[in-house]
Amino acid sequence: MSSFELQAENISKVFGRRLIFKDVDFSCKDNGIYGISGPNGSGKSTFLKIISGVISPTKGKVIHLFGGKAIESEDLHNYIGFVAPYVILYDEFSAVENIRFFSKIRGVNFTKEKLDFLFQHFGLLDRKDDLVKGYSSGMKQRLKFIFALIHSPKILFFDEPTSNLDNSGKEKVYQTVKEESQKNIVIIASNEDSDLAICSSVLELQDYKKTNN
Amino acid sequence: MSAYALFKKDLASELRTRYAINSLVMFIVVTISVILFSIGNEKISDFLSGGLFWVVIFFSAMSGLSRAFVSEEERGTTLTLQLIASPTTIFSGKLLFNLILVFAMNIVVALLYSALFDAFVIKNLSLFLYAFILGNVGIAIASTLIASIIAKASSKGTLYPVLSFPILLPLMLTLIDLTKQAMDTTTFSSSYVELAILGCYDVVMIAASFMLFDFIWKD
Repeated sequence: MSSFELQAENISKVFGRRLIFKDVDFSCKDNGIYGISGPNGSGKSTFLKIISGVISPTKGKVIHLFGGKAIESEDLHNYIGFVAPYVILYDEFSAVENIRFFSKIRGVNFTKEKLDFLFQHFGLLDRKDDLVKGYSSGMKQRLKFIFALIHSPKILFFDEPTSNLDNSGKEKVYQTVKEESQKNIVIIASNEDSDLAICSSVLELQDYKKTNN
Repeated sequence: MSAYALFKKDLASELRTRYAINSLVMFIVVTISVILFSIGNEKISDFLSGGLFWVVIFFSAMSGLSRAFVSEEERGTTLTLQLIASPTTIFSGKLLFNLILVFAMNIVVALLYSALFDAFVIKNLSLFLYAFILGNVGIAIASTLIASIIAKASSKGTLYPVLSFPILLPLMLTLIDLTKQAMDTTTFSSSYVELAILGCYDVVMIAASFMLFDFIWKD
């Protein structure tokens, strides 16, 4: 198990005058699959970005702990993996170039075996040297999982993880989620029943949409 | 090392997409041509040619340097960068890229300018080089920070030179003054204050950039 812990307390987010959610508490520890659901516009993606440290909440605090020690925000990116429709990879590079550049920027090493294993697992091995520009939306989605997993993160955030994927792609994702959840934390934001069915607990964001008073 | 890796990514991306290089080259050629046409057969003063040199550099910088962050925002890859690197790494990598771009661009401008304008004669080359180097560093730092601020705005093209003008004005005025002195005299003694201003400007800008970038980048 990863001994990673995420604590989010009294999280509120306001965009302009619009309250997205108010006083949301969320915590998870060590490993497992956690779900976040809510109708369109309920703030699932915003909440995921906040608890992953990408954006700041209007109110409340998010703490990431590893081995009992708080992780500095400067280092947080190396502990998290993130897959979402709005994560865009560089079109002008090939799939493998994208992954190689990202790993060098992160300052992490990966073996060719691991790279090939992930490309094989997500069915992109024979297209790994093609430019991302020529990928279909489903192939881009598969590549995002390789992007999220190559540095062996301790916590994974998946926003609509099965969007654009065919049935075999969805199976690969569910298999990956189950495997990763054995040792790491996986958080899924989705409206798909099949995505939420594999979660041990689900946070319903609509419940936190109170008035801004 | 991470910042250098980001710089290499940006360089590889630039060589494939020619996002900034094309607009910079076109801008330099067009600006110098317009000045040449507008002067015609008139004889311009030496000091005016020195001032116009920095005008060309200012507007060329405005056309190309915002790309460091604007291209990421336009392609939607800003979040991807946030997921792979700390704000310090991102700013350092982008600054390194802009430094190389500014120096390459301004060396080309300086060579073209001295070849095409007879009035542009530098008597004190070492003073000009000090001013040129410190000035380029200042332009690169300020432009990178302003680019990160305007990247999320809707009217980036207009906002960039408008926001840059007050921030780059003290730098430009000092550079014009130093260029005038480099064309006028062969000694350093009267230029220490201006060189110190350039040095201070660079230090203040780099300190302010690293302090502010965290806030700009996260929200």
